[in-house]
Amino acid sequence: MKHTLAVLVENQPGALMRIASMFARRGYNIESLAVGPTERLDVSRVTIRVDCEQHPLERIEKQMHKLVNVLRVAELAPGESVERELALIKVTAPPERRAELLALAEVFHARVADLGPEALVFEVVGGPEEIDSFEELVRPHGVKELVRTGRIGLTRASDRQGIKRRQHILR
Amino acid sequence: MNGADAVLRSLEAEGIEVVFGLPGGAVLPLYDAMARGTTVRHVLARHEQGAGHMAEGYARASGRVGVAVATSGPGATNLVTPIADAWMDSTPLVCITGQVRTHLIGTDAFQECDIVGVTIPIVKHSWLVQDVADIPQVLKDAFHVARTGRCGPVLVDIPRDVQEAETEFEYPDEPDLPGWRPPRRVHARQVDAAAAALARAEKPVLYVGGGVLNADACAELFELAEAVRAPVVTTLMAKGAFPETHELFFGWPGMHGPKWSNWAMNKCDLLVAVGARFDDRVTGRLSAFAPSATVVHLDIDPAEIGKLRSADIPVVGPLADVLAGMTERVRTIGAAPRTDAWLRQVEEWRDEFPLRYSRNGGDMLKPQAVLETLRDLTAGRDDVVWTTGVGQHQMWAMQYLVCNRPRTFITSGGLGTMGYGLPAAVGAKAARPDATVVCVDGDGCFQMTCQELATAVLEDLPIVVVIVNNGYLGMVQQWQTMFFDERLSHVHLTHQVPDYATLAEAYGAAGFTISSEDELEPVLAEALALGRTAVVDCRVDPREQCFPMIPAGAAALDLIEYAEPEEVVG
Repeated sequence: MKHTLAVLVENQPGALMRIASMFARRGYNIESLAVGPTERLDVSRVTIRVDCEQHPLERIEKQMHKLVNVLRVAELAPGESVERELALIKVTAPPERRAELLALAEVFHARVADLGPEALVFEVVGGPEEIDSFEELVRPHGVKELVRTGRIGLTRASDRQGIKRRQHILR
Repeated sequence: MNGADAVLRSLEAEGIEVVFGLPGGAVLPLYDAMARGTTVRHVLARHEQGAGHMAEGYARASGRVGVAVATSGPGATNLVTPIADAWMDSTPLVCITGQVRTHLIGTDAFQECDIVGVTIPIVKHSWLVQDVADIPQVLKDAFHVARTGRCGPVLVDIPRDVQEAETEFEYPDEPDLPGWRPPRRVHARQVDAAAAALARAEKPVLYVGGGVLNADACAELFELAEAVRAPVVTTLMAKGAFPETHELFFGWPGMHGPKWSNWAMNKCDLLVAVGARFDDRVTGRLSAFAPSATVVHLDIDPAEIGKLRSADIPVVGPLADVLAGMTERVRTIGAAPRTDAWLRQVEEWRDEFPLRYSRNGGDMLKPQAVLETLRDLTAGRDDVVWTTGVGQHQMWAMQYLVCNRPRTFITSGGLGTMGYGLPAAVGAKAARPDATVVCVDGDGCFQMTCQELATAVLEDLPIVVVIVNNGYLGMVQQWQTMFFDERLSHVHLTHQVPDYATLAEAYGAAGFTISSEDELEPVLAEALALGRTAVVDCRVDPREQCFPMIPAGAAALDLIEYAEPEEVVG
């Protein structure tokens, strides 16, 4: 079972290393990790997708809470949150195949970020599962390079209880 | 003032009496500030590992935070073992290390080491101070983190130019740690549930770990144990947390615990873990551990709840409050304890399976006799503090010494750090100048940190070191004998090299050698009464193995009992 954790950390040197080190040391599996600024200058947000096959989520959350730089840990529960990811995919695209690829892109609202004589770069934003599907569909055309940001997420604007509920369990 | 002065003023403001350290290039400004005057005593170790273990020994004997100081690079890496040790045993420790100048960081400068990076997995938190103005707040935060919540080590790394920079000093009243919120209050409903379970249990056991000492909750534990009349077992870390001559005391669980302690733990119907963490050395095979027990787990650290054994009733919070709350609740319930039959049962096991060893088998001194003599010579005294190394001697010390007071048995539990005992004794003596501090050591352990005899002698911190010298890395020898078909591989140290008494004398300490049982009492008595540092080399029978023993990965109930020693070859 996989879960997404939204972790607010103090914007301090080494904060990310402490989280990564704790995951590595305790054998927790990170599927993806995205870090970036938030609405507060002194706070960064780490979104971690963890595989809880071997270690229950609760244990991982408790260990995260013990890190001094970690301000808040909350699960982004499926259905109660918006999750997005960005992928850049460089696909082999000789002129005769382009039309097909562009049609595909349109379905997924993928943009052409760059165009060359033999290849093009798609930029696609969406739920991680949508990106998985897009990746699968363009793969037969020849993927030369691919990069994904890892998912980020927020609780839904319509669900104000999500984070509070999770925190209550942890306290 | 400069940054180095600010460090010392901060330590003074924290009420720090003593630090243990060794100077070097990157802490020259700090040591210069010491030379210019401070109320903080500096104990000069001979190796930074020694300084670190001294700070640990000081912390464990006093209940205060230990402080170790080292220079950058190798000085800092020499602290890694004590830091890891303090991490595993939750010992409050602040390590202050020098770092190369800020502009040299990252250039592979002389004696540069990323000690913050190296220690990340084994500290609660660490700081690299980059602005001299941050020093007071960082130290305030460092001491706060080390001693609140679950205790443990922190590291403050201060570049040399930051120590030299000019600054104003004002010590903050409060820590500035928005992300550090250890549990302070107790969930009353959980306390009630735990108390109710304990009040109605017929076969309970209080399984007490080192957390009780860190929480200063021994008095509250005593009250609760008496209120419910439950047997108490203490782990190696908690030895002394409950008086060992008390009728409710039933030994120490785990790999070398007596059969009755392990049987009580494993056949109970309610296991109340108090600041204990279900370590593999305690539980044996986890799946077979206390199979029919309902588990109540009391701990300050929520991450320990359910980490290894799921808890039926978890209670998170400061243990003194938790235990006092439970006692109050038990008294409100007012039911008479139902544990009489169970107590009789455990007493029967104790009488049926006592610790024993053979006095036959030649005229060699038995290691257990050394510990028994030490026990008898100190009986009734409450001014003796014991430290140990790691190995067979440590397990015999656990089995045979009697500790009736908290913080009188100081040992390396989780990390199993050979060489811990001697420097820890020096630190304990600094914390308890009134006490007779005795390090029960092994010959292998002693040789890892014996340079600190110089510290004990020259800093006027006299200790008595009793070496249970079997001429072997005894515990490794025991495992090779038992589990590797007696193929002894690189474990023979010999009884004779070094000559420990001569070595002690070279350091200005008194040296004694004992090789027969009739010398034991007079020589140990003399060493204990000497008032100066003494080393007693007790040359014991190398064939003696430490029993009972639960083999690694075996069920606790399948412990192996004492067998007559056989000839050791090699």
